[in-house]
Amino acid sequence: MARKPASASPPASATLHPPVPQRHGAKVEEMLEFYRQMVLIRRFEERAGQLYGLGLIGGFCHLYIGQEAVVVGMQSAITPGKDSVITGYRDHGHMLALGIDPNVVMAELTGRAAGISRGKGGSMHMFSVEHGFFGGHGIVGAQVSLGTGLAFKHKYAGDGGVCLAYFGDGASNQGQVYECFNMAELWKLPIIYVIENNQYAMGASINRASAEDQLYRRGESFRIPGIQVDGMDVLAVRGAATAALEWVRGGKGPIILEMKTYRYRGHSMSDPAKYRSKEEVQSMKDNRDPIDHLKAELLDHGVTEDQLRVIDKDIRALVTKSAEFAEQSPEPDVSELYTDVLVGQY
Amino acid sequence: MSMELKMPALSPTMEEGTLAKWLVKEGDVVKAGDVLAEIETDKATMEFEAVDEGAITQILIPAGTEGVKVGTTIALMQGDGEEAGPAPVVAPVVAAAPVAVAVAEAAPPKPVAAVAVVSEPSHEGPSVRLTVREALRDAMAEEMRKDDRVFVMGEEVAQYQGAYKVTQGLLDEFGARRVIDTPITEHGFAGIGAGAAMGGLRPVIEFMTFNFAMQAIDHIINSAAKTNYMSGGQMRCPIVFRGPNGAAARVGAQHSQNYAPWYAAVPGLIVMAPYDAADAKGMLKAAIQSEDPVVFLENELLYGQSFDVPVADDYVVPIGKARIVRTGTQVTLVSYSIGVGVALDAANQLAAEGIDAEVIDLRTLRPLDTDTVLKSLSKTNRMVVVEEGWPACSIASEIIAVVMEQGFDDLDAPVRRVTNIDVPLPYANNLEKLALVKAADVVAAVKSVCQGM
Repeated sequence: MARKPASASPPASATLHPPVPQRHGAKVEEMLEFYRQMVLIRRFEERAGQLYGLGLIGGFCHLYIGQEAVVVGMQSAITPGKDSVITGYRDHGHMLALGIDPNVVMAELTGRAAGISRGKGGSMHMFSVEHGFFGGHGIVGAQVSLGTGLAFKHKYAGDGGVCLAYFGDGASNQGQVYECFNMAELWKLPIIYVIENNQYAMGASINRASAEDQLYRRGESFRIPGIQVDGMDVLAVRGAATAALEWVRGGKGPIILEMKTYRYRGHSMSDPAKYRSKEEVQSMKDNRDPIDHLKAELLDHGVTEDQLRVIDKDIRALVTKSAEFAEQSPEPDVSELYTDVLVGQY
Repeated sequence: MSMELKMPALSPTMEEGTLAKWLVKEGDVVKAGDVLAEIETDKATMEFEAVDEGAITQILIPAGTEGVKVGTTIALMQGDGEEAGPAPVVAPVVAAAPVAVAVAEAAPPKPVAAVAVVSEPSHEGPSVRLTVREALRDAMAEEMRKDDRVFVMGEEVAQYQGAYKVTQGLLDEFGARRVIDTPITEHGFAGIGAGAAMGGLRPVIEFMTFNFAMQAIDHIINSAAKTNYMSGGQMRCPIVFRGPNGAAARVGAQHSQNYAPWYAAVPGLIVMAPYDAADAKGMLKAAIQSEDPVVFLENELLYGQSFDVPVADDYVVPIGKARIVRTGTQVTLVSYSIGVGVALDAANQLAAEGIDAEVIDLRTLRPLDTDTVLKSLSKTNRMVVVEEGWPACSIASEIIAVVMEQGFDDLDAPVRRVTNIDVPLPYANNLEKLALVKAADVVAAVKSVCQGM
């Protein structure tokens, strides 16, 4: 059977794109704040890992170490109190970058009454409506639909807010993600889909799980533009965040930012680490570390090692305090078992 | 040859309609495909086509007649090439093919489980006769007028006016911002609704039927039901998931299932299932006003049934309160949703045989009003649970467990459950009838528990 000749040129993509983002031109003060936040997340997560090893944290515990530049860069660009943030189960960093008190986050990890969810949520289920942080969701991909609902709320209420919905390369293969891409573009919802592509969905590398591994292209069928970003460079992330927010706040609908990043630790605390080589992980730590990267840039800008050491020391004290708080706080009162099931009395 | 033209069923559950307009008159010669008349239901207006050639000899039902039952002969027709003459007493049936059917398929039989029984009024004061469908629509409209945070989202809720016409007129009144058609993506829009509720809105998410909500059950349970608890009470999810639940008529196994026991098993959800129109309105208003996520299970076979509904626009039925719809002294029948009609029908039959049954409509399935059930049992000492659904792990199972644990000393006989048969619902008319709960089985069960009384 004769085949039709291929058309001379494929139709041009109907997807409109924002201008290519520029790396953020940060002042030293701003860079120091980024440094402080990234170090806080790193040290906090290291301590959480230790507490897990001591049996003080139970269940699943997914550490964010290696990916710090993503949340710090993204969330430095949003407006607290106006915009909303939602993510999956690897959520500690997202909360710290929103300025939520490390004490109540760590106390939630240890399941104490002083935890942000009063000890009833745990690592994967933390929320702070006050800070515009809507979780903390344990079902892979669910946060994408929920985040699209938050964007729907921003548009419905006309409050000018934008939702940042984070999900991983693993979640990007879930069906509901595409259901929501469709509706978000159809209704021009104000949402930035931030794909934290850390290259492994648990142990499945992106190339073993994704037919299209360039995840920023995943919105093309829905005419959603996408940008691939160096997620190990906080200033590149911030630059992309600025461009994406301008696009979304301009009423142009959703946008996808694919953050190429890397997690140093296992998927969770119980990870056999058999799916990638030690050399690969070491190479990322040695050559691509987001904190080292920014530190070098700060030193180039004339910041001294001593200045950075002061920050490091303050962070260590803060994290130590949070661990002590989390260990010393009492467990929830047994009466808490029955509270908060329903809001109303029926 | 004379043929009868009969009132067609234009949807699987239509029982009667209005013969709005004749487009032919006596003596007209028509051919197959000609539009003969316009038929109106509470859902839509449809055209009624001839399927054969011939002459209209007599119009039996004049234009403008309301409440014409499906299957009524509405006109006589003389077949092509034959002499017109008086219609014989027994005439072959000519089925007329309806066009532009409102819901998916046009299946003629009347519902097998729906039993129209007048129940005791649940309220006092002036009332108006409304269908369950209209009552649900009025509940949404009233809450939307009061509270801008309330919006309705789902498949075909806006321009199509609702697949089952429950949202009829809402788009006209509230506009496209608040009455939102979605693509066919239950998982996605259930999640969008839950997210919007977490953000502070009051979504009413319509599932075309709860069978399709299986695609979305993760958001109903994992996202909506658990949020308040997991967040230590700081993040709420005030959302209503509503739509028809349970068996309709002749739509087969995948479209006929009662999910009440599934949702009623989940802490963090409110589960409601009204029977009559007053409850449909008052309960849906309570659901929309609630700070908690509500699964609101309607029944397609009840949508077209009419009941008295209070005219007061603040008529709200409290969540978690059952209702005694018929008082009695000798046996308690416990049911909900369409099963209440079955129970009332059985109670009427039993009354004729000298057995005085009390009928309880649970209304809310979670939290369950066990007090009303146990109090009735303490009076009658006998109980039968009636449920349009499967028997295993059912609401009936739960009621029986509660009675065993808390009412054992009041029992003079074992509690019986009368439910659907434990099979996927068959399509064939006779098998479907056999599979669904029916009053005769309730009567038999009551007699068995009342033996030696």
